[in-house]
Amino acid sequence: MIRGRTWVLLIIIVIFAFALWVLLPIEGDRFGRKGIQFGLDLEGGVRLVYQADLSQVEPGTESEVIDGVIAVIANRINPLGVTEPNIEKRGENQIVVEIPQLSITDVQRERIGRTALLEFRELVAVEVESEEEPPVEQGGEGEEEPPVEQEGEGEEEPAVVMEWVPATGLINGQEKVLTSSYFKSNTYVARDEFGAIELIFEWNEEGAILSEQITGRLVGRPLGIFEGDEPLLDENDRPVAPTVQAVIIDRGRITGLSLNEATELSKQLNAGRLPVPLESIGGQEVDPTLGADFVELSIKAGLIGIALVMLFMIFYYRLPGVVASLALIFYGTLVLALFKLIPVTLTLAGIGGFVLSIGMAVDANVLIFERMKEEFRTGQTLGATIEAGFDRAWTAIRDSNVTTFIVCLVLYWVGNSIAFGGSVKGFALTLFIGVAVSMFTAIVVTRTLLRLFVGTDLARRTSIFTTVSGRK
Amino acid sequence: MFDIVGKRLWFFLLSGLLIVISIVALVVFGLEPGIDFASGSITTLAFEQEVSLGELEQELATLGYTGEDEQNPHGDFLIRTVRLTTSEKAQMKASLTEKFGTLTEKAFEDVDPVIAGETARIAGIAVGVAAVGILLYITWAFHRMPRPFLYGFCAVVALLHDVILVLGVFSILGAVMGWEINLMFITGVLAVIGYSVNNTVVVFDRIRENLHRGISANFAVVVNSSLVETLSRSLNTSLTTLFVILALMLFVGVSIQNFAVVLLVGIVAGTYSSLFIAPHLLVAWEKGR
Repeated sequence: MIRGRTWVLLIIIVIFAFALWVLLPIEGDRFGRKGIQFGLDLEGGVRLVYQADLSQVEPGTESEVIDGVIAVIANRINPLGVTEPNIEKRGENQIVVEIPQLSITDVQRERIGRTALLEFRELVAVEVESEEEPPVEQGGEGEEEPPVEQEGEGEEEPAVVMEWVPATGLINGQEKVLTSSYFKSNTYVARDEFGAIELIFEWNEEGAILSEQITGRLVGRPLGIFEGDEPLLDENDRPVAPTVQAVIIDRGRITGLSLNEATELSKQLNAGRLPVPLESIGGQEVDPTLGADFVELSIKAGLIGIALVMLFMIFYYRLPGVVASLALIFYGTLVLALFKLIPVTLTLAGIGGFVLSIGMAVDANVLIFERMKEEFRTGQTLGATIEAGFDRAWTAIRDSNVTTFIVCLVLYWVGNSIAFGGSVKGFALTLFIGVAVSMFTAIVVTRTLLRLFVGTDLARRTSIFTTVSGRK
Repeated sequence: MFDIVGKRLWFFLLSGLLIVISIVALVVFGLEPGIDFASGSITTLAFEQEVSLGELEQELATLGYTGEDEQNPHGDFLIRTVRLTTSEKAQMKASLTEKFGTLTEKAFEDVDPVIAGETARIAGIAVGVAAVGILLYITWAFHRMPRPFLYGFCAVVALLHDVILVLGVFSILGAVMGWEINLMFITGVLAVIGYSVNNTVVVFDRIRENLHRGISANFAVVVNSSLVETLSRSLNTSLTTLFVILALMLFVGVSIQNFAVVLLVGIVAGTYSSLFIAPHLLVAWEKGR
């Protein structure tokens, strides 16, 4: 039995050391996790919610179209230089865009929600000083980046500047730009007889006229695909610009793409085929400077909260109070280590949940210590008191914490179901982790530490275990 | 031993009075919905020059935007308006720049009625689901007792009592100080529900144990001694929780104020109801049979 307890104590120490190692230094890399993640409200960032109008889309293809729109939006966010944008479908027809740690201008914001329309562009020489032909690309697209330069200033001598300009053709004497709206049907990815990936597309009547004129003059030269002024990018962040191999009239294919690239491109082209207007139905933009000091303030609040709780516990419960305080330190370290490992994205509400759980964490201890006091009054030894106190308090601890878990589950569901529920979800998660860990610390850690005193001289000095003498 | 159970009519009376006041306040003032539930925009602006809230509100009113605005501890202004499109917002910022000098946009929140309606609906469902879930769990946890459903029912009555008081307080705060209810408020209310039941369960657990031990044939006596035995635990846990909430309120300030005040009121109400309402409802039921 003693041996068993020593083991438990050892395991507790190991867990504590492990938690400390995970947590410190905060920015240190542990299992690929660095630092503690903070939510949009603390770290700054942008969250936009759009509702897509799918009324002009063929029934049954809505989900594909939304995927395409998402791919197009991803392409729009790319040039903002963001590392981890998160773009998700929500429900049937909503799209949520999350970009952490970024503040965007009104113009950029407007751009993200534009209706997707892809434009085909050709490279032409502007400010022609010599008769040089534009460089002809060999061996399919993606081999080397076509020279894209927006401005010619800064050059030593006036040279040929290649620029992507919309590829146009004439329909009934009118100049029209070839765009994704001329696709007859959705493009799709297939394999040719040799198993190579190809993206198949088909033009409608007007598209075929334009395509014939444009590809006719561009054989051997690249045709770029643009969204506004931004080229679509392949896996290596190079512009997608397939080389025209032959004149394409009503049906063509793009080869030389990887499966991923082809699938992505197909989605983007399809999203631009039919207009899918996006309506902004909500937004949250926080400047990174705004939330910065909340983190510091909440750490302060948390520390002061812990200190007050410890003082109270020690004052009221004496030695067990000291033990509970140690358990509380263990608790705080373990919870924060879990936040880092899982990782939990801390929002202001989440920090609120954590701080609240500190107050509630001692609850199990209070329940147990109150039981111990009662047992002491009946004149039992310390050992018997500890065991009886823990055993009798167990059902109350279990039942009361399960009800808190129920509430956490409901809150988590709420957070997941609503567009701006991130903070609610954060609260649910931190409270859940907090309560779960607090059960462990109260039942295992406090108990093991208290048992250390059994059989020592201290155990006979009951006054340090309780302020209450045998009053009834 | 204190006779708590004997004074139950007084407790019911006090709670009844507070509930009536809360309901009257709710009927008369209603709740002030924030943009999470009512849709609209909040633009947070920082001015380089010293600007007073009054001046700003006056200028906004001439632009046609009337709404409760406030200043956060940084000195930034939170401007509440109807939903602003990007161009409307740009226009508002341009007009304000003209009047007050350089400004920067610190944050912008925008909620459409679709999202707001959905949020309100889900918040309502959540409170209902939480209450039913708790009812079922407590009924199950006390399934060996005679009439386990009664325990669940009394716990839920106690939690509804707490929720109504919190709503009442916010209705009054909304009318007097313009406090709005937002998502944080709902989060707080659900946390209060969990907390309230947590306390009630501890008392019920002791009643369960004391009934098993057969300390008295008189149910009222059993409940009374259970209450007395758990009194210091209930008060101590509430105290430690109140400490941390006060720390949150004092150090984190306005942004979390809404949430902290919900918890503050809810925990006081929850402690009261778990000690002075839920167990006495059990007694009243037993006596009434």
